[in-house]
Amino acid sequence: MPPKVVRLLLLGTVLFAQERNPVAGDPKSAQAGEFQFRINCSFCHGLGARGGGRGPDLTLARKRHGASDVEMFHNIKDGIAGTAMPAAIGSIGVGMTDEEIWQVVTYLRSVQVKTPAKPPGNAANGKDAFFGSAKCFACHMVQGKGGRLGPDLTGTGSSRSLESIVESIRDPNRRLAAGLTEATKAFPQEYETATVVTAEGKTITGVTLNEDSFTVQIMDPAEKIYLLDKDKLRSFKKTRTSLMPAYATSQLSDKDLADIVAYLMSVEAK
Amino acid sequence: MNRTNLASILLFTASISPAQVTFDRILNSSKEPQNWLTYSGDYSGRRFSTLDQINVDNVKSLAAKWVYQTGATGKFETTPLVVDGILYGTAPDDRAFALDARTGRPIWLYQRQLPGDLRPCCGRVNRGLAILGDKVFMGTLDAHMLALDAKTGNVVWDVSAVDYTQGYSFTPAPLAVKNQVVIGVAGGEYGIRGFIDAYDAETGKRNWRFYTVPGRGEPGQETWEGESYKTGGAAAWITGVYDPTTNLIFWPTGNPSPSNRGQGRAGDNLYSNTLLALDADTGKLKWHFQFTHHDEHDWDSTEVPVIIDQGDKHLIVQANRNGYFYVIDRTNGKLLSATPFGKVTWSDHKDAEGRPIATKESSPTLEGRFVCPGASGVTNWMSPTFNPVTGLFYVNIREQCDVFSTAPQPYEAGHAFYGSAYIPAPQGEPYSGALRAIDPATGDIKWEFKHPSPTWSGVLSTGGGLVFSADAEGNFIAFDARSGKPLWHFQTGSGAIAAPMSYAVDGKQYVAIATGSALYTFTLP
Repeated sequence: MPPKVVRLLLLGTVLFAQERNPVAGDPKSAQAGEFQFRINCSFCHGLGARGGGRGPDLTLARKRHGASDVEMFHNIKDGIAGTAMPAAIGSIGVGMTDEEIWQVVTYLRSVQVKTPAKPPGNAANGKDAFFGSAKCFACHMVQGKGGRLGPDLTGTGSSRSLESIVESIRDPNRRLAAGLTEATKAFPQEYETATVVTAEGKTITGVTLNEDSFTVQIMDPAEKIYLLDKDKLRSFKKTRTSLMPAYATSQLSDKDLADIVAYLMSVEAK
Repeated sequence: MNRTNLASILLFTASISPAQVTFDRILNSSKEPQNWLTYSGDYSGRRFSTLDQINVDNVKSLAAKWVYQTGATGKFETTPLVVDGILYGTAPDDRAFALDARTGRPIWLYQRQLPGDLRPCCGRVNRGLAILGDKVFMGTLDAHMLALDAKTGNVVWDVSAVDYTQGYSFTPAPLAVKNQVVIGVAGGEYGIRGFIDAYDAETGKRNWRFYTVPGRGEPGQETWEGESYKTGGAAAWITGVYDPTTNLIFWPTGNPSPSNRGQGRAGDNLYSNTLLALDADTGKLKWHFQFTHHDEHDWDSTEVPVIIDQGDKHLIVQANRNGYFYVIDRTNGKLLSATPFGKVTWSDHKDAEGRPIATKESSPTLEGRFVCPGASGVTNWMSPTFNPVTGLFYVNIREQCDVFSTAPQPYEAGHAFYGSAYIPAPQGEPYSGALRAIDPATGDIKWEFKHPSPTWSGVLSTGGGLVFSADAEGNFIAFDARSGKPLWHFQTGSGAIAAPMSYAVDGKQYVAIATGSALYTFTLP
């Protein structure tokens, strides 16, 4: 076995050799990467990598978890702890080889928008509106401040596309927000609205925190949590009309909306 | 009872040894309902237990008896076998185990040493064992067939079927027929050439192989454009069934490769998505029925087919992933009916034989097309059950549509070869699931129990008038087989990706299901 220093040097050489995008800028690799992307990544990030309700827009130059080729390679290969981003080998699809991952990185570089898309609004104004006139904070929390009836929005700017955040504010019923995600379930619980009448005749309306065939957990607008057995209820109704109001331009101007979105995009998870 | 007698009984119990499981015993499995001798319980694929100790009147008292933790992560898909008080199962990463079926305490454990460069498509799964003589049989992720000593778990023989680095693997439980074990290969995501193998149970010598994609010049090759048959897929990754009266093995096959891109493989693409009737002794094809011609939606027909006799009609039925319930004359492969049992938009007409045919508009494009069902199908490989007492067929269904698009890929051996991508419907439509009871004579849905979200659990029916299944939310549920009313449930803590089964030891009936990484059993107190 070589002396320790030599071994370290050898290791360093190997790492250096691996830690470069071997197909950077190659158009053929970018195209192969696009198809790999469609197969393995589009489920959350969309067919054109522009993101959606499940995953962030990857055409943006700024990336929350690192924007260099090597960082992107590792984010894809190893997954990102604490997020829904899985490792490339294992849980999704057939997995990808290192070569295929480099192709995906090269593809993402090729579709990166030239001018970093800066949200059009003013984040400072958006923060004021969020915690003030627009009253978003009544139901939503950001960095530990705000309500609990709706989803915590601290990480939403880095996990969803700008368009999907706008849609959630203007038309929240179109796609309900995802809530509790359990490892062994194919789909997360959604923020559906439930109205129940208990055995005692009390009517409760709130968001569904979790539901199975026999039980339901509801949080009412006063943030009180009810753990209920369905067979003990007089009635149980569920709708896909969100408790979140649809903010028309009359209630929230385009400018305020842009500011709030800019604020949400600027918030860093801690 | 005096002390000596008690002692001799204890001694007898303590020294119980695995009896020989002959072909004759499996043929006559209805005579020993306390045992569960094949993946689906018997040769018919019915997943029906005649045991009736647990029944509609007392099931409300059902309680957990023991839980066995495998310690394995990943999808736990096994249906255990039980023979004379010993339970044999498998766990992810090709583990096998034998347990005292009364207590869950292990008798032996086996762990396959798998190579590091495996890339199985859909998890490092295994669905169970076959048993014959004094051996249990397991197909492995590195495409070997193993015979293990049922007493010790020691490897008796180990045969490589094919080069796993090309994308081949074994995931289903083998089926023991006569003196051989039959298994189908997985790998439809790698452009493999699918096959079904039969191995001599004593020696491991391969008796026959049926390639599910014809070779050059063989009948059926003309159903593939150009050289596309060479990467045609048609894996066979679910356990088939056996009809002793005709000596035919019925085995269904999976998608053609690449799964969502039909461009380049014009034609019907035989024998993908096909029910094959093979002579058990020779593997020769007697007849075939293709469910989906030229599939472009990954709708593998790897759902357990079920043998049903109705008067003088000798049927085989399948609730297919494409959303149709097919009734076929198993003597000749003639289609008798095809009825949708879930939401279907891909077909609006049938051919002269009555087979649903895809519309042009359902064909995936680069931009994507919205089609129901989605890629996971109206149902999937999760086992259905047929209860001959109620005459009903029970199956878990999914209501989920997808956008299907293509992603052209060159073929490279051992690499993913999908040619496709599918994403959830952008409309944000709700998805749901249900357990449905189908009258196989008419295709009518007699009752349904809606699940909050689609489940990957199989279904068991019993002589106690019960249907057992699990949901994605973790509940293991007993239903009244006639009405669909839930009579009992137990929260196991994880959605199930396996089918329940039932057995008895010392006169006590058990119901078992794998969920999470644990095997649960239940009895009356």
